[in-house]
Amino acid sequence: MARIWKFGSDVDTDQIVPGRYAPYMRPGEDVGSAAFIEARPEFARAAAPGDVIVAGSNFGCGSSREYAPLALKRREIGAIIAESFARIFYRNSINLGLPLVIAPEIARAVRDGDVVELDLAAGTLLAGGQVFELPPMPAFAREILAAGGVVPYVREHGRFPGLD
Amino acid sequence: MPQTLAEKILSRAAGQTTRAGELITVSPHLVMSHDSLTPSIIDIMRDELGFASVHDPEQLVIVMDHVAPASTVGTANNQNRTRQFAREQGIRLFDVGRGICHQVLVEEGLAWPGMVVLGADSHSTSYGAVGAFGSGMGSTDIALIWATGKTWLRVPESIRLDVSGRFNPGVSAKDLALKLERDLTISGATYAALEYHGLDWMALNDRQTLAGMAVELGAKAGMVLPEGEVAERFTVPEWLFPDPDAAYARCIPVALDSLQPQIALPHAVDHVVDVSEVAGTAVDVVFLGTCTNGRYEDLRAAARVLRGRRVADSVRFIVTPASSLELQRAAGDGTLSALLEAGAALTTPGCGACMGRHQGTLGDGDVCLSTGNRNFKGRMGSPNARIYLASPEVAAATALTGRITDPGALV
Repeated sequence: MARIWKFGSDVDTDQIVPGRYAPYMRPGEDVGSAAFIEARPEFARAAAPGDVIVAGSNFGCGSSREYAPLALKRREIGAIIAESFARIFYRNSINLGLPLVIAPEIARAVRDGDVVELDLAAGTLLAGGQVFELPPMPAFAREILAAGGVVPYVREHGRFPGLD
Repeated sequence: MPQTLAEKILSRAAGQTTRAGELITVSPHLVMSHDSLTPSIIDIMRDELGFASVHDPEQLVIVMDHVAPASTVGTANNQNRTRQFAREQGIRLFDVGRGICHQVLVEEGLAWPGMVVLGADSHSTSYGAVGAFGSGMGSTDIALIWATGKTWLRVPESIRLDVSGRFNPGVSAKDLALKLERDLTISGATYAALEYHGLDWMALNDRQTLAGMAVELGAKAGMVLPEGEVAERFTVPEWLFPDPDAAYARCIPVALDSLQPQIALPHAVDHVVDVSEVAGTAVDVVFLGTCTNGRYEDLRAAARVLRGRRVADSVRFIVTPASSLELQRAAGDGTLSALLEAGAALTTPGCGACMGRHQGTLGDGDVCLSTGNRNFKGRMGSPNARIYLASPEVAAATALTGRITDPGALV
């Protein structure tokens, strides 16, 4: 069972991990401990492995800092379900093997604090007694996520994803 | 097949005709990283990908700008590690004090029309100012290029901005960039390549302001047609122009004649109003700098307002030139003196206070007017600070009075 952490639209990467908490600035610290540390301290304290982030549009906008999705990966967030994602954050997350789902219907239906069951393999989310189907990602993203991220993908296949 | 500027540049780089929506493999002409991320990129390349050395050191460049000079033992150690790596690998490195990556690469003639420039920094859209396809990527993507020399890209759709008219006195490129935020919003150009038309008259520094801000609309790239000053200072390949019947996702007319000074309110870059609407708001800090507005022309615009006057006692006026060359230009003609005599606190060319790490970090309750590009909560330090974004002219007028001020309203 997973808890929903719901956010609004235009959540930027400075919210996810402020620049002062970058690995560059805090060598030796786990960047996962800085996830939403100022924007939503409760998340930093209490987010548990498997929890799901749900958000409005343009999640992850702003800086290209990969340590933002990395922090969420370190916290073992099960997936981020949003109405839409910012470009660089989307690519960085897929590269790290952090599952993303673009699903406006689900994003609007679930509430903060809901307890849900996420089954990525089956492509479903059970929330409030309702089963939501998770829309599939584009093929290249599915390939990368299936490998666990772009580094394992490239090591396994010896080429970039999505191309012949 | 008629092509946009992005389609043409990426087709050349891919070695095949390509169009929006397709995936291509390219060997980028130039790949940039800075002090903040190079250490982690080294770790990814070596420890995760298993490559000891970069594929092609001549493809790469490193600039020390994010915390310059180092502010802590940790950042100093990280920087030394980066220097050693660059030396061993034979990678060009511009060290502390040279300036902000996006400014330095243009000054050094490393970014030029028609190139693909990928950087470990989202404001890499800045290279669109010289008609290059510039885009930001994360550390793992950059590490992959370091290791293999290549990356894959999805060719973006393009949005054409048809600009007409000229700036009113006291209005500049930053006001246009903020107006675009107001009209398109922070996600209005997500995934797209912006093409700015109607700006053949625009100086290079203003193009850099505009192109750098493209990412704040969600864009993948933002290219100003390489005409005018860019065509004079750089070699523009004869193929580097969009075809008249190229396909655009949107074409948006933008009129400059009625444009007044704009300001982004806390805490969103697209929460933009006319400066007159918030005139009189007290500020504690005025920050003149960043890759957006830290160039000689920006310093000069501020000096014009402040010459012979002093900033308000209630204000800290922090000036961070975008590069050593811009600083030297300002030092050479009285621009810098005017700012210093007005009460400017001058800091090392680099990103400075922009990311809340050093050289002007904001405390609880601080109100800052910045010429930078981001005002997210906590961006420059305390999440309880408030950041307004505006042009150098507005910044100088505001420093003078201690309150947000339209420069046209000054006596």
